[in-house]
Amino acid sequence: MELHILLIFMIFAAIVAIEVKDLLSSVIAVGAVGFALCLAFLVLKAPDLAITQLVVEILCLIILIRATINKDLPLVIEGRWIFNTFSTLGFIAVFLLFSWLALKELPGFGEPIMAVVKKYLQEGVSKTGSVNIVTAVILDFRAYDTLGEATVLFTSVIGIMAILRKPGRKK
Amino acid sequence: MMLYFLCLVLFCVGLYGVLRKRNLVKIIIGLGIMEYAMNLFFVLLGYRFNGRAPIVAKDQNILNMVDPLPQALVLTSIVIGLGVTALVISIAIRIYEKYGTFDITKIKRLKG
Repeated sequence: MELHILLIFMIFAAIVAIEVKDLLSSVIAVGAVGFALCLAFLVLKAPDLAITQLVVEILCLIILIRATINKDLPLVIEGRWIFNTFSTLGFIAVFLLFSWLALKELPGFGEPIMAVVKKYLQEGVSKTGSVNIVTAVILDFRAYDTLGEATVLFTSVIGIMAILRKPGRKK
Repeated sequence: MMLYFLCLVLFCVGLYGVLRKRNLVKIIIGLGIMEYAMNLFFVLLGYRFNGRAPIVAKDQNILNMVDPLPQALVLTSIVIGLGVTALVISIAIRIYEKYGTFDITKIKRLKG
């Protein structure tokens, strides 16, 4: 039940974040979505994810505020407003219809299949020595994924430095 | 079932922002909302009623734990989302310095 409330709150905050005129208010509203997601992870029994989401959300807010501070401009809405909005909403309605049909094939909420993870749960403690299975999966069974994640992070840092550096002197 | 559908509605709010808005920051916010919705969807798929956090204790067996595998994958996905957001925001800051606007219909000159 609390998950329903949290999700409805997240949808409401997301609509506010998309529709409000002021950019700084929009960033604050997306922060509300992120912290509600953190609470939802806690309700769903994923404490590691909640901690990570909290840290990442704070960093995201700092970066977004750096981008939007002193830069809010009035948005001009001009021509073909009705056509654009209705075609977008129609596309989203089709997407929701097909996703509703696809959701019927999934296992119901609260009864996961857990075919892959059974082996990890049986052998996790004896093979890795970690009582936290999430840590065992991320740092031992699938350590190459974590290595790839670190590569992606450093690549994005290289990209940010290449984009934001000041141009050098011309000779 | 209802929870899955609400999660997809959240995804669609982000999709509407990406498709319809003209401000670059609004588009980036839409991308972030879509990312949140997908992470939440994967964790919802692994939830078990009255399950515990996936930490081994004495009376713990497979039937009273939530699924740890989606949690491990989503942990990777959250951190990569931070990298993506930072890169996109830096590109937006650079575009603002060059063109003086965030409006995507006014950014037409693609020459450096």
